Amino acid sequence: MSPVTDFILKHAVEDLLAWHHQVEAAERFGLSIAETEAVILDNGLLPARYQRNRQTISQGEQRKLFKSQVAVVGCGGLGCYVIEELARLGVGRIVVIDPDVFEEHNLNRQLFSSPARLGQTKVEAASRRVEEINPAVTLVPVHVALSRKNGIELLAASHVVVDSLDSIFVRMELGDVCTSLDIPLVHGAIAGWYGHVATQFPGDDTLKSIYGSWKSGKGVEQTLGNPSFTPALIASLEVAEVCKLLLGQGTPLRGRQLLIDLYSMEVNIINFLNVTREYDRSGN
Amino acid sequence: MNITVKLFASFRNGRFEIKSGDYPPGTTVADVSDCLNLPQNELGIMLVNSCHVKLDRVLVEGDTLALFPLLGGG
Repeated sequence: MSPVTDFILKHAVEDLLAWHHQVEAAERFGLSIAETEAVILDNGLLPARYQRNRQTISQGEQRKLFKSQVAVVGCGGLGCYVIEELARLGVGRIVVIDPDVFEEHNLNRQLFSSPARLGQTKVEAASRRVEEINPAVTLVPVHVALSRKNGIELLAASHVVVDSLDSIFVRMELGDVCTSLDIPLVHGAIAGWYGHVATQFPGDDTLKSIYGSWKSGKGVEQTLGNPSFTPALIASLEVAEVCKLLLGQGTPLRGRQLLIDLYSMEVNIINFLNVTREYDRSGN
Repeated sequence: MNITVKLFASFRNGRFEIKSGDYPPGTTVADVSDCLNLPQNELGIMLVNSCHVKLDRVLVEGDTLALFPLLGGG
């Protein structure tokens, strides 16, 4: 048994290792927090920070999340909340792709923005935030705009991709890139009091169904804007989808679009019939 | 012919949630949308009897048309 494993097993209380012992293990054995997290999880233990996860997520599943990589495309209203929740959930590696810096009009809703961070790149702010809240998580900041050209290289190693973009044009490119890579894409979009979520599995044409009538430009968010609460809600729904996909559990929004109207407090589901038929054929 | 139109989200503002009305034969989704002053570039999901359709879909007696605005923010 390695000295670090010995240290960790010795300091565990039942199956939990406290944060200060994890830090001490990292310092004593010259490891990163992420490396100590791997040792803890590989030995059937749980970093104590996740103890309230475990009625929902088992120790083995927590390890699976730690070994997972998720790409978040767009670090604005949706993206910041998505990243915050993925990091607290314990997803081990998060690739964040966004070309922008924080501007004043972001302050009403974008979680990592603040007056002190105006002018800072969004991916840098995300990196600092995740380092602060869960140093076991590796955030890979990519300060570029995603495109059909760079998408393959940027997304290839991820298990799931999250769409938190504000451009329908780039979304359509992202959908195509995910299809060519065989990676599931969790899609979300917002405007004013309204939002929707859907998950595109490889081979499905979910984004093309949702945006079949789109020709160019933005949606009604251009006139309705985006308040603080809509991105928080839609981002949370996206993260729930990611969690299920990574763990292979639950029923994802495949072949279905969940639409939320917070003004009327209405929820609607639209079925994509072509995907449903494929479901039936495969017996799922 | 009688068509039922359902509007969702911001399309309801100053309009209605659901309304049935008489339309001439040959009426398309685009015609109904124009009647309601819905800008075509704001149209997102369009369903006739729960199936996705395009603007040029010709409606028939008894159809239910549902219109959702295009959401693209993030």
